[in-house]
Amino acid sequence: MLSDQDRIFTNIYGLHSPGLDEAKKRGAWDGTKFLLEMGRDWIIEEMKQSGLRGRGGAGFPTGLKWSFMPKKSDGRPHYLVVNADESEPGTCKDREIMRHDPHLLIEGCLLASFAMAAHACYIYIRGEYVAEKHALQKAVDEAYAARLVGKDNVHGYPFDIYVHHGAGAYICGEETALLESLEGKKGMPRLKPPFPANMGLYGCPTTVNNVESIAVAGTILRRGGAWFAGLGGKNNTGTKLFCVSGHVNKPCNVEEELGITFRELIDKHCGGMRGGWDNLLCSIPGGSSVPLVPAEQIIDAKMDFDTLKNLGSGLGTAAVIVLDRSTDIVSAIARIAYFYKHESCGQCTPCREGTGWMWRVMLRMAEGRAQRREIDMLLDVTKQIEGHTICALGDAAAWPIQGLIRHFRPEIEKRIDRYSANPHSDPVPMAAE
Amino acid sequence: MANRRLAPAAEQPQSFAFSSENAEWAKGQIEKYPEGRQASAVIPLLWKAQEQNGGWLPRAAIESVADELGMPHIRVLEVATFYTMFALEPVGRFWIQLCGTVPCDSCGARELKDYLQARLGAPGHVSADGNFSWLEVECLGACCNAPMAQINQDYYEDLTPDLLGALMDDLAAGRPVKIGSQVGRTSSEPKGGADTLVDATLFDGSRVGAWRQRFEDKKAEESSEPSGKAEAASSEQRAAADPKPARPDAGRAVEGRSTDAPAQRSASGEKPVKSGDEAEAADPAESTARPGKPAPTPAESMARAEAAGAESGTQSDLPRDEPPPQPEASGASEGVSTDGPKTAPAETSGDKRPAPKSEGN
Repeated sequence: MLSDQDRIFTNIYGLHSPGLDEAKKRGAWDGTKFLLEMGRDWIIEEMKQSGLRGRGGAGFPTGLKWSFMPKKSDGRPHYLVVNADESEPGTCKDREIMRHDPHLLIEGCLLASFAMAAHACYIYIRGEYVAEKHALQKAVDEAYAARLVGKDNVHGYPFDIYVHHGAGAYICGEETALLESLEGKKGMPRLKPPFPANMGLYGCPTTVNNVESIAVAGTILRRGGAWFAGLGGKNNTGTKLFCVSGHVNKPCNVEEELGITFRELIDKHCGGMRGGWDNLLCSIPGGSSVPLVPAEQIIDAKMDFDTLKNLGSGLGTAAVIVLDRSTDIVSAIARIAYFYKHESCGQCTPCREGTGWMWRVMLRMAEGRAQRREIDMLLDVTKQIEGHTICALGDAAAWPIQGLIRHFRPEIEKRIDRYSANPHSDPVPMAAE
Repeated sequence: MANRRLAPAAEQPQSFAFSSENAEWAKGQIEKYPEGRQASAVIPLLWKAQEQNGGWLPRAAIESVADELGMPHIRVLEVATFYTMFALEPVGRFWIQLCGTVPCDSCGARELKDYLQARLGAPGHVSADGNFSWLEVECLGACCNAPMAQINQDYYEDLTPDLLGALMDDLAAGRPVKIGSQVGRTSSEPKGGADTLVDATLFDGSRVGAWRQRFEDKKAEESSEPSGKAEAASSEQRAAADPKPARPDAGRAVEGRSTDAPAQRSASGEKPVKSGDEAEAADPAESTARPGKPAPTPAESMARAEAAGAESGTQSDLPRDEPPPQPEASGASEGVSTDGPKTAPAETSGDKRPAPKSEGN
């Protein structure tokens, strides 16, 4: 188990005040000026050395992302945009950072902006997080009052930070959709290239980072990239906030080392599996958009990017949804399919039409009111959506269904057989081809 | 995509204007964004308009915001219909948004849905007393506290139908309610309290500044000696303490014999340089290498052991001043005779460490 001394988010449960004075005692804003004086290259080098992979789901190395920003400004301002549009089902970690440890985030924003020569930062917070918006705004006001940020601050680097409030659209978690939304448009993802590092917010070089990736920066720079890289495993370094939900005895958020096994995570922090380990059916280890992993494969698997990728799933945002044997797994995935149908922005045809189609077929399969050959047809459709859309929402909608068919095909077939074994007055429908 | 339409014309108010207080607030929002980018403030302004209009957004408000920001009406209409938190039809005094996505769904959101259905009827309709309306929404991001609902702006977590019912009664009657978890959790810690983050030194400020030691050490190191010189000195020191000559195969595991004798070269078809050597090489009995020798010499096995040790990263653990265990001897006797390893030199000298070979595995 990770020692308390190595935890970055020490107030994640909100047992202490989120205010500036208490946050300083916990180590925020400690020697920030000293870190800034070490220079831009040092900061980026240290972040690269830490091996930190983006905490928003894709796992792209953060230091590398920062280094993509132009070294010299061509006259356009640079922007840092923090993605606090935390909407991936199962994920509830950024919320706790923003309301309980906001100063780590604000300090991280300053450090990251400095490393990328940005003088302004926007934090895009999802619409539903009203209380979190107020908490974060309060912390920003405190930082302004203490002249930690602002045009004329104690760090000698002019820097403004703004909290921007969204209005409820999952798609705005996609970085280019988020930028569109921030510009006052519908949140529809942009084609890449040009990448945001060249043409982002208002056509200026922009980097979009997840809240957690930014909030850990201060501590990493203070304690060193080597310290962070020493935790976890190779290529999967450091600590991570895990959001464990579903059928465990005590669902919770917890910061742990990457590479902790599933079993240890649940036993140590979540009071064990509801009904014992034999009751585990499967887990969705990285938020709803990754394929599920059945019990026998997940139970002793390491919770890190590479192990889960090799299991045909992914760590995503480390939102571990645990499902026990009481779960109607086909309906659960049908519910996820509904989520993507609801959240598709409607820009690309495969996703706009496909998500609704998949949901309708999934609904019938949950009842068994389908035909066996539709399973393969459904799988085929998921493959046609995957990779054929501008953003990854199409993939995210396809993967859970692919995972279900991969691991629970007999369950779907059983339902179809059971349904067709009984007399029904209405003919069994068939999806349009 | 969600199907979203404006409320029917009969329900639409004729006009909308921000109150002076809200208009002032709106100006502050617009200032957050660079000049000419006031469109960025469209979502905050629509929020404020919705708030002022009792929780829903009429056409007049949408158009008023568009005029204020200098945007075409259709652009703001697009935004208002795209983002699902803008209610386009009137809502109850308490608007219940119930999270129904998988983590909540698996923890009892269906029972809550049934309860709301039974108490308030179909979603999207305001109850007769005007107090409530409800809607099932997608993940609200409080999954560790599932199931949960957002009522107006506040989250109510860890719900059951009974708790939700009591909560609704309290709200309707104007009694104070507790925001957040309804079962006594502070936030998303495990029920009954966490056993992490209990170290008091995390919170009393005693760790502040401790990290600077790293930079001071580095600075001291750099100022005392140039790094190149220090490295040379340390390798000189190492050479003095350990007079073992460098071997070409050092650091590599040696599978075959470690000798390089003329007999072997001759056997592999290499032509000797001198004719005398050729004659010598032809007679194995005269050569320096003896292929028929039963066991490796201590020096040989040492080289092998060290090489194996280097492979497994345990070289420093090897005793240098005594013969190391013989990997081949102990390996051969494994499972055949239990007293075999006892004859190994390492055992007699009291060294109980396992042979490097097994360590490497």
